[in-house]
Amino acid sequence: MNRREFLKGCGLTVAVGLTPLGAIALRAADRRRDFEPNLWLTITPEDRVLCWVNKSEMGQGVYTSFPMILADELGAALSQVEVRPAPALPGYGDPESGGIMLTGGSTSIRHMYGFLRTAGAGAREMMIAAAAKLWKEPASELRCREGRIQGKDHAASFGEIVRYARKERPPARPTLKDPKEFVYIGTPVERLDIPEKVAGKAKFGIDVSLSGLVYAFFVRPPRFGAKPKAVDERAAKAIPGVIAVQNLSQGVAVFAETIAAAFRGREALRVDWEGGDDRLSSASAETALVDALQTEGMVAREEGRPREIWRSGSRKLERTYTLPFLAHGTLEPMNATAWVRNGRCDVWTGTQFQTGSVKAAAQISGLPESSVQIHTQYLGGGFGRRSALDFVLDAVEASKAANRPVKVIYSREEDFAAGRYRPANATRVQAVLDEHGMPAAWIHRIAVPSLYASAFPARMKNGIDPAAVEGLVNLPYAVPNLRVEWIRKEFTVPVWFWRSVGSSHNAFTVETFVDELAGLAGKDPVDYRLSLLSDPDAKRVVEAAAEKAGWGRTKTGRQMGFAYHRCFGSHVAECIEISVDPKRLVLHRVVCAVDCGPVVNPNTVKAQMESGILMGLSAALKERVLIEEGRVVSNNFDKYPILRMGEIPKEIDVFLIQGQKELGGVGEPGTPPAAPALANALFAATGRRAESLPLAL
Amino acid sequence: MNLVINEKSYSVNAPEELKLVWVLREVLHLTGTKFGCGIGACGACTVHIDGKAVRSCQLPLGAVGGKITTIEGLPEDHPVKRAWIRHQVPQCGYCQPGQIMQAAALLSAHPHPEVDEIVASMNGNLCRCGTYPRILRAIREVAEAAT
Repeated sequence: MNRREFLKGCGLTVAVGLTPLGAIALRAADRRRDFEPNLWLTITPEDRVLCWVNKSEMGQGVYTSFPMILADELGAALSQVEVRPAPALPGYGDPESGGIMLTGGSTSIRHMYGFLRTAGAGAREMMIAAAAKLWKEPASELRCREGRIQGKDHAASFGEIVRYARKERPPARPTLKDPKEFVYIGTPVERLDIPEKVAGKAKFGIDVSLSGLVYAFFVRPPRFGAKPKAVDERAAKAIPGVIAVQNLSQGVAVFAETIAAAFRGREALRVDWEGGDDRLSSASAETALVDALQTEGMVAREEGRPREIWRSGSRKLERTYTLPFLAHGTLEPMNATAWVRNGRCDVWTGTQFQTGSVKAAAQISGLPESSVQIHTQYLGGGFGRRSALDFVLDAVEASKAANRPVKVIYSREEDFAAGRYRPANATRVQAVLDEHGMPAAWIHRIAVPSLYASAFPARMKNGIDPAAVEGLVNLPYAVPNLRVEWIRKEFTVPVWFWRSVGSSHNAFTVETFVDELAGLAGKDPVDYRLSLLSDPDAKRVVEAAAEKAGWGRTKTGRQMGFAYHRCFGSHVAECIEISVDPKRLVLHRVVCAVDCGPVVNPNTVKAQMESGILMGLSAALKERVLIEEGRVVSNNFDKYPILRMGEIPKEIDVFLIQGQKELGGVGEPGTPPAAPALANALFAATGRRAESLPLAL
Repeated sequence: MNLVINEKSYSVNAPEELKLVWVLREVLHLTGTKFGCGIGACGACTVHIDGKAVRSCQLPLGAVGGKITTIEGLPEDHPVKRAWIRHQVPQCGYCQPGQIMQAAALLSAHPHPEVDEIVASMNGNLCRCGTYPRILRAIREVAEAAT
């Protein structure tokens, strides 16, 4: 098979040119017949609309919402739209994220909505212009509806106009539709990916198979930072089917022709390790973080004279919180398949970060970035974990070493022990109340490892990691004297973005603390928040959640807890109703109000809120990475428990409040309020304030 | 060794200790059945053997006896699959074949389970996306509609 044939087989022959709308991808196999007005869509003579999606589908519904946006502007029927994962080519990067192709930060719709509308509108205008010439009718009289172009005396399907539309010039500034004309946007649409997921036909990274592939299974360092001292490969290599053993940068790899031989080979391989910090434990990290709070941090924000007021204040509250490292625990373990050969590198994987993968693969293979192609598969859970590149690195290194296509699958134990964790952290908050019980001063000091310093150093702001202080520097509550400090404290434990990032911990400390301040002031926690909020959108969401939950009218024997947080451009308030038997906690109901502005698919927004809430509750009730002697010992679901069906709230009700004008994110904002709302409910039930997670009953 | 999977006969050339999940996925390329944990703690690999839900990550090839049904072999119009679509259950979708096979086995043995029985049966199937409320609603609906 030559290169051209191979490319055709993958359906991914791509050439790049420029149009007024930016770079244009032409699939060479079809370029003589399809209409490809811009990067984002292709219309075939068979009436199919291919939607090139530059964000990964990891459960957030982007393979449905992008087609909805495109179909509406285009005037297509959603049933004729098919999703194609966009190749990692220049032009497909997220223009709002500096051109990187990354699915994270709850950006899919927020960043791409306008571009997709423009792309759809441009294609519609080109088809209408072509039909107008063909039929000698004024373009202003033509309409696109449900995949047909309708004139006064003529009508045609999109497919019939394709060969004429190809000759039209893309308009520089297409006119967008009046949202009143939308058929799909704003309506509950069934997800396009669900039928194949229910059928078991959806292809995830781990499902990839290539003829002639070999497996590379790894023996990983038993401690963070350990390196192999001696490798005894004799027993492993004696196993039929084992091809080679090689020391690669993230572990020692056993290469085998069959998966059975890979298991046997890994079992037989003996590696002695040296180095690594064997005194590190999750307990020692927590102590170090709390100790670090004794030192002054970098000032991320300062308003007024908070420290003077603290020193002279009389009604004061000081609390120290500690929160653990968390694992992502995606149900699909990390994996990738790579093939480095003949000046070309292909990677098949479920990644959240295609351009990062291209760079890593180019660096390892020694090839130019233009020779690397990433074939994005469905992601069996992302939550941030799949924006790390370790699994891509493993597969590309292994394929280069083996000179064969190589599939790497992490065992569950590897997945947990070679994780990239939500950073553990410690926080001290101090506040002084004025004569009305309102906070006159608030000093928030957090000790936490940096995410951005190594991942995206250019996004550090004046030396401050934006993730460390998110939700703090933009504290929603009106406090006249405010000081936010960050203490950077690093460990050998690799840290990474975990659903809702810094908000996953900062919402907990802010919202449990403000709840306690309300108590100290003798005020109702919801009223207290409302009197401290000035943003009308925030107030509306808080009021909606309280009202829908029946705040203040709790049934006998039940208690409620409340929390509000704004992140990724959306406001979310959650109210959790519980009861506590002597030792048994029952979650009766979660009411969630969310304002993410204009909604594309309300079904998906509700599903994302449910998902975010349950992940937040899972962390609140169960999760912590246990590290002993430098190694992760919580390395499977028996030792790193996540929420099960028997533990979920009996009801979750999500209310969409469409107040703000701008689009907000939905993948992450559901998570942060869940833990503090539960902790506040637990306080109402037991009188004890939680200062760490997971909660102890 | 011969296996009957989804009413089709397969001749498998693999060592007896290889777990069924890997035989299905990497030898026979029936990738609907998912690998999750390897210790029977997550349920992603659930298949039916003679109609009963079994964790295929715990079953060595040599110990397989009986007819295997995987997600690919459960009819498309199976009430559980249809309910999963009606209730828009999946998000990332990775755990769902296991969830569906577990639910189908439960409902085939007990067409009218109480909520507690549903939870007891489904509690071994993990979903990181938190689709549990929808799974529960979908199963209850099938149970209520069953004659």
